[in-house]
Amino acid sequence: MPAARQWYELMPVKRTDKTPMPQRDATDRAQDFDEVNEGYCFAHAMFEAERCLRCQDPVCMEGCPVRIPISEFVHAIAAGDLPRAASILRTANPLPAICGRVCPQESQCELKCHMAKRFGPVAVGHLERFVADWERSQPLGESPPPPWQSARIAVVGSGPAGLVCAGQLARQGYPVTVYEALHAPGGVLRYGIPEFRLPNAILDWEIDALKRLGVEFINNVIIGKTIALDDLFDRHGFSAVFIGTGAGLPKFLGIPGENLNGVYSANEFLTRINLMQAFQFPEADTPLKVGKRVAVIGSGNTAMDAVRSARRMGAEQALVVYRRSEAEMTARVEEYHHAIEEGVKFHWLTNPVEVIGDDDGWVTGLKSLRMELGEPDESGRARPVPIEGSEFVFPVDNVVLSIGTTPNPLLAKTTPGLATHSWGGLVVDEQKGETSRRRVYAGGDAVTGAATVILAAGAGKSAAEAIHQDLSAGL
Amino acid sequence: MAVILEKRALTPITKLFRVHAPLIAESANAGQFVIVRVRERGERIPLTITDYDRDRGLVTIVVQEVGVTTRYLGALDEGDEILDIVGPLGEAPQFEPGGHVIGVGGGYGAAALLCLMRERKQQGDRTTIIVGARQKDLLILVDELREVCDNLELCTDDGSTGFKGLVTERLQQLIDGDQSERPDYVLAIGPMPMMRAVADTTRTTGIATQASLDPLMIDGTGMCGGCRVTIGGEVKFACVDGPFFDAHQVDFDEAVQRSKMYVKEEALAACRRPDSGMN
Repeated sequence: MPAARQWYELMPVKRTDKTPMPQRDATDRAQDFDEVNEGYCFAHAMFEAERCLRCQDPVCMEGCPVRIPISEFVHAIAAGDLPRAASILRTANPLPAICGRVCPQESQCELKCHMAKRFGPVAVGHLERFVADWERSQPLGESPPPPWQSARIAVVGSGPAGLVCAGQLARQGYPVTVYEALHAPGGVLRYGIPEFRLPNAILDWEIDALKRLGVEFINNVIIGKTIALDDLFDRHGFSAVFIGTGAGLPKFLGIPGENLNGVYSANEFLTRINLMQAFQFPEADTPLKVGKRVAVIGSGNTAMDAVRSARRMGAEQALVVYRRSEAEMTARVEEYHHAIEEGVKFHWLTNPVEVIGDDDGWVTGLKSLRMELGEPDESGRARPVPIEGSEFVFPVDNVVLSIGTTPNPLLAKTTPGLATHSWGGLVVDEQKGETSRRRVYAGGDAVTGAATVILAAGAGKSAAEAIHQDLSAGL
Repeated sequence: MAVILEKRALTPITKLFRVHAPLIAESANAGQFVIVRVRERGERIPLTITDYDRDRGLVTIVVQEVGVTTRYLGALDEGDEILDIVGPLGEAPQFEPGGHVIGVGGGYGAAALLCLMRERKQQGDRTTIIVGARQKDLLILVDELREVCDNLELCTDDGSTGFKGLVTERLQQLIDGDQSERPDYVLAIGPMPMMRAVADTTRTTGIATQASLDPLMIDGTGMCGGCRVTIGGEVKFACVDGPFFDAHQVDFDEAVQRSKMYVKEEALAACRRPDSGMN
């Protein structure tokens, strides 16, 4: 263990620089699943909050999908008024401790920051996390009153969209029941995002806070299988339903060898580790076979989570293989940097074409082609074109596919009249988030396809407002 | 949580449980399955719904104690709770009613034929059940199965009861025999080698045959893709597209290979079974 660093050692040398996030040593942290970032202390937060220019026109807020009044909460920190900072934050974003950890700030609020142009941007994400963590350390206030509205609301799925929708409705006095298909609530925050990025304790705290508001959580119920959506209205007495079922269906490449033993979807790989605690096998019963060399295909946050988890599961060589270049990578910059620090190797412009196996059906290699960038494709990004004769094989023991997910069709398939787009997303009214079915609302990845926690949270929040308005107006 | 209301030992390692799970019982169909988890840090395993009783809110499952989770489950008693149970999952097998259906069950797979064949019979199908085991006392639910079909055929390796030989040999006899005995549909539920043998038996006869695949699963809702199987060259998820598939199209080599993915780990975990004194 290296000696603990003092807070002042982490202060920027120049007053204008962004205060770095204290983090655990890379070789240490790659051995376990404990959180990497240690969080600001009060001095860091005060120092960083002082960097804010207090712009007349706080453009940072425009970069935020849920329009957090960022400058106001940052000023409250600078004034040492943490209760006010916490209240401003939580009013705008019901999941600040989570978003402070997982939002891609560099492409949202921090991208807009006027400080970003000459110095580093104000560390909005780190400050958000600091305030939320402080709030969590405070004693709980008086218990809120029990629900006072008569209309009951069902929320399908307990990921970020569902949690936020449930919380907002509970604050309006509605009795809310959240149905979760798995045995523990949280959706992708539980099964997908590893604890080294988002500890379960934080998720549990948020869920407990909702329970204190009167929200009921029922695990092990699959709406569309255990209970038909129509029966939520007809037999279970709900007045409105919010669908936040996410985008949980993994895509596969369709290349030869994909069903060999040792090939996983990132969903399976991460679910075994996060939800089923395979890293504690055999004390936990669910195993996960991770060899010495693991290749992860893809370049999003999920790919980073998978490849860094592979390191922690004992892989000596953990590689990311991506057919485009570094510039087209979709992961958060922080995750990318953390992955590099932890020894992950990146192979850009490399397109996997076949998984190779041995006679027993186990993965031994990943055959790939080198690519070069050509003309822009329909997404506006330069199209990768294979270089002829560049075929080669990565010798690997595991391949993890992290090439995206689509909305799970299960509920739409079993619910008459619930319209979906051809790619699986639920069709909703953009203003209200109402689906093709009356009093059935939806938001998050189930509507947009795989996106971010903050967008899902925003959709859950606006759907809750629409549900409240529609029910109040008797629509 | 689901309370165990009844437990019966069918063989020394095969247990039947009737559990109170009213929401599942209400929406269950024959051929679907549930996923259970029996302890904190436990794994999730799929189990076929053997029977259900909507009025009383009961679901019946049959478990063979072969791995760590089934052993923990087998050690539970009446009055105990199953920590997590979710379902019904998967789809019921589809085929036209009115024909002669033969259900072939091997090992504890025979239990899954109980409500499946009862419902086929109620729909007006002619029903035959062929079940097999090594010896007489390893055959399970014989009386119950006899009640739900028109004709029950027992097979034992040692001839201690019924036909001496494999279920597929008896099936072959029925196919080759009198035209009135010939099935229109065959359903195979049991160990992979048995289902494969059933598929091979009917392959050239043109008799529609479905096998109930039970690959490794985690969520059971299509989220992990761990249960993928290749059917006629196409990748399917057994949890949402199955568990029943056209047995003639199943890539059994791949399915067998994938089922062995965690053999070593399963053996290691099984050291932690309830009677191993390691808890």
